Amino acid sequence: MKTDIILAGVGGQGILSIATIIGHAALNEGLYIKQAEVHGMSQRGGDVQSNLRISSDPIASDLIPLGGADVIIAMEPMEALRYLPYLSEEGWIITSSTPFVNIPNYPDQQAIMEELKSRKNVKLLDLDAMGKEHSMPKAVNMMLLGAAADALALGFDKLQNSIRTVFGAKGEQIVEMNIKALTLGRECVK
Amino acid sequence: MAKKLLLGDQAIAQGALDAGLSGVYAYPGTPSTEITEYIQESPQGRGGEVHCRWCTNEKTAMETALGMSYAGKRALVCMKHVGMNVAADPFLNSAITGVNGGVVVLVADDPSMHSSQNEQDTRFYGKFAMIPVLEPSNQQEAYDMMSFAYELSEKIGEPVLMRVVTRMAHSRAVVETGEPKAQNELNAPERSQNWVLLPAIARRRYAALVEQQKEFDALSESSPFNVYTEGENHDMGVIACGIGYNYYMENYPQGSPYPVLKVSQYPLPKEIIRKMASECKSLLIVEDGQPFVEEQVRGVLPVECEIKGRLSGELPRMGELTPDNVKAALGMGSSQVFAASQNVVPRPPALCQGCGHRSVYEALNRIVAECEGARVFGDIGCYTLGALPPYKSINSCVDMGASITMAKGASDAGVFPAIAVIGDSTFTHSGMTGLLDAVNCNAPITVIISDNLTTAMTGGQDSAGTNKFEAICQGLGVDKEHLHVVNPLPQNMEEITRIMREEINYRGLSVIIPRRECIQTLSRKAKAKKK
Repeated sequence: MKTDIILAGVGGQGILSIATIIGHAALNEGLYIKQAEVHGMSQRGGDVQSNLRISSDPIASDLIPLGGADVIIAMEPMEALRYLPYLSEEGWIITSSTPFVNIPNYPDQQAIMEELKSRKNVKLLDLDAMGKEHSMPKAVNMMLLGAAADALALGFDKLQNSIRTVFGAKGEQIVEMNIKALTLGRECVK
Repeated sequence: MAKKLLLGDQAIAQGALDAGLSGVYAYPGTPSTEITEYIQESPQGRGGEVHCRWCTNEKTAMETALGMSYAGKRALVCMKHVGMNVAADPFLNSAITGVNGGVVVLVADDPSMHSSQNEQDTRFYGKFAMIPVLEPSNQQEAYDMMSFAYELSEKIGEPVLMRVVTRMAHSRAVVETGEPKAQNELNAPERSQNWVLLPAIARRRYAALVEQQKEFDALSESSPFNVYTEGENHDMGVIACGIGYNYYMENYPQGSPYPVLKVSQYPLPKEIIRKMASECKSLLIVEDGQPFVEEQVRGVLPVECEIKGRLSGELPRMGELTPDNVKAALGMGSSQVFAASQNVVPRPPALCQGCGHRSVYEALNRIVAECEGARVFGDIGCYTLGALPPYKSINSCVDMGASITMAKGASDAGVFPAIAVIGDSTFTHSGMTGLLDAVNCNAPITVIISDNLTTAMTGGQDSAGTNKFEAICQGLGVDKEHLHVVNPLPQNMEEITRIMREEINYRGLSVIIPRRECIQTLSRKAKAKKK
């Protein structure tokens, strides 16, 4: 198997936590992993992305080539569109529909929604509403991961186990909340 | 033996720990910061077995490492590429003194300038100092190279330079670790004169270094990290350096059709390259950063073998390598399926909401608007973002500390008011000496030390001067009457503006220290407390 994933968002939205959960699941499966991250200046409210590659065979490049991504997982709709040139023909976009407006020239929000909805292979999640409805605004990134689970070619239970490992030190309550968020995310796209 | 998912930086740190490291010396700088942080959080770092406190700047770091090496122990120095300019004096001279305990100087370059003001290539420094340079192509190699580098350093009696780039430093992969080695025993040389670089001794030492070059060449020819793989098609040969090798191989999952030389140890293995040139019609040089190898291979005189790379235009002259620009250099078409969206605009970084620097710039902009001819000289840190909208407050940002010295120079030339804006950590890194220059002339400039009690841009590391700034300024001779501390909160705007107005219009040296903790470190501390 081989899955190339682009994680996208705005600095501080928690895309690296998503990457960590997928990474641990892949590590437990004995898969090869490469995960390029962005640190430093752009983390201050700028656009951030991570290239995450998992494969049963050795991986050469840390970066995903143009047209190579199987999935774009985005915490923000405009950030999902930013990486379109990297998406493969049959690739999926799984994104939050909640815009994060921190720039004066943020594009027309309706145009962004229309562009996303007009594409095949798109799953839009109203993470803002879901976080409020279930009183877990801090676990919305795990909802997004849950929605993306089927596109990752990693078992759902593997992601659950990974959450147990990664969040284990933070206590059972945090673990359960994140697993619930993961499950809710998957259910809402079924 | 354990398998861990590590950043390139963390693999380097673990490799150094397992090589019997006794001290890491560094100043934070993207993309090198995580090396020292990893060591600080390791059992050896927490237990005090490995020295790992941040240094004031890269020069003090390099010199301290040299002192540890003098005493026989293994030291690591880490910095970003521009930090090497600060450390260059002790670095170059450490090649003349030589080392006792192993020294690895780890420099993280930033091609494409993700978080930097230039994309200088550190391999030039290695050639300049005439010492071996290592450039890992993946995280496992980065780990393995650390033990190799320390052994090499002690064997040749010289520091070893290791160069990585952002995509190596900040990318994770699974790394298999080995058995940790014990630290070296204390072993300071009896009365060696090698370390006294008086001209007569330095000449002897330099001659020895020149003599050693043949040995370094031979070591590169036989290095386990320089790997030549034969290929069927001799229309082209490929020399791929560091992670450039990965981008090349990404395009040939079934194996390279051309002969390929992976270069991860310098000086260049010249014999293998000469052999490739005699057997191939052309050579493509794939290297991240500047055309360091390409210039050497190309030379000045005509050669039969065509040399292709960044200078010939096959690869872009600037910016980092990607699998896509390497693919284009190989003459393959792009695999792009979808065009870029028209509904996407850039999202530049910005100062955080609630950040103290915001109040500083708001006040400063009011005063600057009142003073015709005012110029503001900025410096390096989060507050450099004050150059962008909505503030557009600063007119320069060059290198660590240049705000104060440039303000003084502009003032000498007749600019008034000339104002410097510098952060607390940048001030202790390289601002204090410039302030002394300004004090000695009573230069009519105002220095604003925007103190957020941390090294914020790189993620909130300790700042060397915390709680010492008034004492430092007074010690350097700043007049107490013109030294002020303010709290940059929106409700204090009136007071801050009044003080700034008075001091900026004063025809002598003044220092204003707006002080409020970085909101990122503040919230991290609050979270840690909750646990």
